[in-house]
Amino acid sequence: MKYGAGAALAIAVVLPLVVPNAYYLEILTQAYVFAISACGLNVILGFAGQLSLAHAGFFGIGAYTVALLATKAGVTFWAGVPAGIALSAVIGFVVGSICLRSKGHYFAIFTMAVGLIINLIIQKWESLTHGHVGVIGIPGPGAIGPIHFESGIARSYLALVCLALTLVATTRLLRSPVGRTMVAVRESEPLAAAIGLDVMAAKRLAFTISAALAGLAGGLYAGFIGFLGPESSNIEMTFNTLLYVMVGGIGSVVGPVAGTFIVYGLSQVLQVLQHYQMVIFGLALVLLILFMPKGLAGVFRRPSTQPTPLAESASLRAGSSKKGDK
Amino acid sequence: MLLEALRLRKAFGGLCAVDEVDFAVEAGSITGIIGPNGAGKTTFFNLISRALPVTSGRIMFDGEDVTNLQPHHIARRGVARTFQATTLFGDATALENVLVGYRQRTSSGVWDALVRSARLAREEHEAHAVAHETLAFVGLTDSAERLARDLTQEQQKRLAMALAIVARPRLLLLDEPSAGINADQTRGLIALVEKIAATGITVLLIEHQMQMVMHLCRRIMVLDYGKKIADGTPEEIRNDPAVLEAYLGHK
Repeated sequence: MKYGAGAALAIAVVLPLVVPNAYYLEILTQAYVFAISACGLNVILGFAGQLSLAHAGFFGIGAYTVALLATKAGVTFWAGVPAGIALSAVIGFVVGSICLRSKGHYFAIFTMAVGLIINLIIQKWESLTHGHVGVIGIPGPGAIGPIHFESGIARSYLALVCLALTLVATTRLLRSPVGRTMVAVRESEPLAAAIGLDVMAAKRLAFTISAALAGLAGGLYAGFIGFLGPESSNIEMTFNTLLYVMVGGIGSVVGPVAGTFIVYGLSQVLQVLQHYQMVIFGLALVLLILFMPKGLAGVFRRPSTQPTPLAESASLRAGSSKKGDK
Repeated sequence: MLLEALRLRKAFGGLCAVDEVDFAVEAGSITGIIGPNGAGKTTFFNLISRALPVTSGRIMFDGEDVTNLQPHHIARRGVARTFQATTLFGDATALENVLVGYRQRTSSGVWDALVRSARLAREEHEAHAVAHETLAFVGLTDSAERLARDLTQEQQKRLAMALAIVARPRLLLLDEPSAGINADQTRGLIALVEKIAATGITVLLIEHQMQMVMHLCRRIMVLDYGKKIADGTPEEIRNDPAVLEAYLGHK
């Protein structure tokens, strides 16, 4: 596993240097940014087991915070990104406190509505966001001492550093008592509550962290692209991110990153097909859910040490004559 | 009295699953609840562990009214439980299961996790020590690194108890500990329950296997159709006409 991580890091470090042209470099940078967002979705969906469909809304909040602070108030990218993360997290905390009262499909639908509302506000609040026209001329990251970020390569490395930090943070989180609590909530809420875990607090925390990471990704996106429209926060964006997480493997720390590279890379290759590429992705998704429900990461996951002793427990259960009341 | 139920009632629509039950559990005892299928035993547990809201009546734990507490709050006050269908975190190892059971005793948060603080290291060390100790206590030392779902039914029951007692509760609710295991294994489990009780944890258990109940419990409550029909020593219960009728029907 250590070697795998080292190899992946080596590839990631070399990649910006070997891509053939500026266009591919930009695709690579965006893949890093979307991977951060996918890692964020993975915290609420993979760790805590709650399907949030508001994710692109938080991406949009982070992006618009950077864009509007920069163009209207002259706030730098370096101050704008933390502000975007903070605003996404605060709104995530408030929204999560309300949405998380619902469970399962209801939670998914509730958050989808929240995502739509955020997208609609961005579209309709024209005096602030310029609606469909979008925000243009967003300044990118300024120089820090001798390090300049005008070049595509520098920006690509900046995105890579942010992604690496995200992975370190989510790995540490997952392996900590906080992460174990989230996983316990995902596996069984009644059992988690019975052993004294605050189910609601764990879910709310996961939702807040997830929103913060979406905000980070959105902020980077706005600064790098320099232009921002409302489509950055629409439901398609949410479903794309969801696809990245599912292909890579829900709940695995690095899975969503691999998923982002595969799906986002493939979508660039298949761009000639325009909207018909969704036919391919749709089919691929159905096959994925049928045959690889845990994504790529599921293929590499530690196997059971032995077959589940179903036969044994079934025969023993038959041996005990009485069953309990409900 | 460690636990008291006062005119406790739970209705699902028109069905009264627990009907005005008065019951008390003495600290340090092993007490049993028996009754035919559908008598409301598990519902009674669900009320005490706060998994279900109470329709009316009160629950007192250690002299305090806990009727409206959340499940995790009553758990932190020292009421632990196991579930009838053995419930564990199947994809986690036995050790990880017990570790998460100890989480309520530790307080490190997100920040500790991100910077790997000294407090996190200290608490993780403490949690691992207690978890290993608890696994040894229930006899699962050799299975610490195995996934919970790969354990035998009997080992899973032991693990469920380890998960329940790792945070040192004061009251342990066991929902049919002997369901699904053979007679030999049941004897082992009886010994484990006695061992748990000997550490000072008060035990309240639902059980169908009469041998287990009669052997373990000093006091037994009998439920039938949600009502308490008897409450006494094993000897009294054995000879109670209402109990015989509930189990065997009218003559």
